Amino acid sequence: MSNTQQLEDLTTQVRRDILRMVHKVNSGHPGGSLGCAEFFVAMYSEIMERNEGFDMDGMGEDLFFLSNGHISPVYYSVLARTGYFPVEELNTFRLINSRLQGHPTTHEKLPGVRIASGSLGQGMSVALGAAQAKKLNGDDHLVYSLHGDGELQEGQNWEAIMYASAKHVDNLIATVDLNGKQIDGATDDVLPMGSIKAKFEAFGWTVIDIEEGNNIEAVLAGMAEAKSKTGQGKPVCVLLKTMMGNGIDFMMHTHAWHGKAPNDEQLAIGLAQNPETLGDY
Amino acid sequence: MKTYTYTEKKDTRSGFGAGLAELGRTNPNVVALCADLIGSLKMNQFIDENPERFFQIGIAEANMMGIAAGMTIGGKIPFTGTFANFSTGRVYDQIRQSIAYSGKNVKICASHAGLTLGEDGATHQILEDIGLMKMLPGMTVINTCDYNQTKAATIAIAEYEGPVYLRFGRPAVPIFTPEDQKFEIGKAIKLTEGNDVTIVATGHLVWEALEASKALHEKGISAEVINIHTIKPLDDKAILDSVSKTGCIVTAEEHNYLGGLGESVSRVLALHKPTPQEFVATNDTFGESGTPAQLMEKYGLNSATIVEKAQAVIKRK
Repeated sequence: MSNTQQLEDLTTQVRRDILRMVHKVNSGHPGGSLGCAEFFVAMYSEIMERNEGFDMDGMGEDLFFLSNGHISPVYYSVLARTGYFPVEELNTFRLINSRLQGHPTTHEKLPGVRIASGSLGQGMSVALGAAQAKKLNGDDHLVYSLHGDGELQEGQNWEAIMYASAKHVDNLIATVDLNGKQIDGATDDVLPMGSIKAKFEAFGWTVIDIEEGNNIEAVLAGMAEAKSKTGQGKPVCVLLKTMMGNGIDFMMHTHAWHGKAPNDEQLAIGLAQNPETLGDY
Repeated sequence: MKTYTYTEKKDTRSGFGAGLAELGRTNPNVVALCADLIGSLKMNQFIDENPERFFQIGIAEANMMGIAAGMTIGGKIPFTGTFANFSTGRVYDQIRQSIAYSGKNVKICASHAGLTLGEDGATHQILEDIGLMKMLPGMTVINTCDYNQTKAATIAIAEYEGPVYLRFGRPAVPIFTPEDQKFEIGKAIKLTEGNDVTIVATGHLVWEALEASKALHEKGISAEVINIHTIKPLDDKAILDSVSKTGCIVTAEEHNYLGGLGESVSRVLALHKPTPQEFVATNDTFGESGTPAQLMEKYGLNSATIVEKAQAVIKRK
């Protein structure tokens, strides 16, 4: 077990990684990545039961699927810093011949990634399949997935949400990053979805709220509660309220940094707000 | 000239059902998924014998493709079943990202392909699916010709690691390939030897090509008929060897000529041995309602058209 300070230090370092990765190639998605830094740190440091090394089938361990693949910077940073590949490789993000493609893929065989994502709305179906395969294999480990709130506008999600409860896929915890923003603006302006909680509940899911998705203790407690609800005949949804751009003051309270990289000056400000903890790559 | 006869007609989808049932008994990793078309896909026997390995997805093909991709993680070999239209065009992006690009071992099994679905009309007939699937990097594309070959192919693709599109149809068609055949992915089968024209056919058009070869024989024309059950990877050598002898070729398929078998053959010929070619295929059109026989005649997908095109291509030598 890591203590809270260690997890916060890792989170700060992950924020630095995110900023430096997207700055170097002047592209990528820092906003959503920063908002989910605590979630990824909590998942890979504490919540998931993981085997040493990586194999695609992931028998006897928990699995994670990132559906909103554009937040690859946070995914890559946490995968590297929890041992899946060398942190130096973060230097190759979005460069030619890299395993760290703009959106995560299995094609270049990056350890830790089990499905390509980027074209939105597909991850929950994949997670469901993996969860059902675990049941067939008599493997009582869990499957986790992460989705954007804007991403729920893709219809395939609702096919999957309907199926998950109908088939009692109760070894799945699907987390929705409720940051309320998407490329064109506030989710409530682009396409208001009403109560996402009410929708999941109406579809027969157990829903857990994490009101402070950028507080590591709150994320740990919420995910532990979600875990305690598995195996009870219903799929579990976590509504994770986060702040897009969290930890970099000028990136917060706006959707402007969804898919835009900081310039040199902005990078310096962002890094100054997040002093080096574990060492830059 | 070697001739082929048949004693029984059966639908190729039933060959799929029989192959799947056999896999259910022999391969514990095989799982089956269906989007509310169990009866049409002839999946009942597998389901009766392996209820725990069958997944009824409901009318949600996109979800089905994603679930299938996910099930490969953990070593399952998912066989999805629905009509060809809903197996490809409807779910192209799901197949592209979650299956093909992700390199997942999913077998996309598609019935009611082409015009021979018949009376339901163009919304349910698809004449573009071979093109859609063959364009996906890493996708194997197979279109079988009769019950026995479809059964053999279904069994064979479970042994192959990687995504496969297996295309078959609805109507009862002659059974003329051996019951005990071993299906080799990517290996064309020469059905008749001939010197004047090569006829390369796939799916339901293979029988029509054999009928055409008989008619051509009566006109003194010797046709070499090749059954190309695998459109990708294409058996380039079989095609090149044959046209080296005959000097011309007719391709025949229940598909749009744009994007189909014929264009794949043209590429091989253009690269290695430019050869006159004629196409038996639909001409950039949708289908319509009608009986399978009426449709195949109206759209020129029968032995009579193959004969006509063979005579035309021989003149171009």
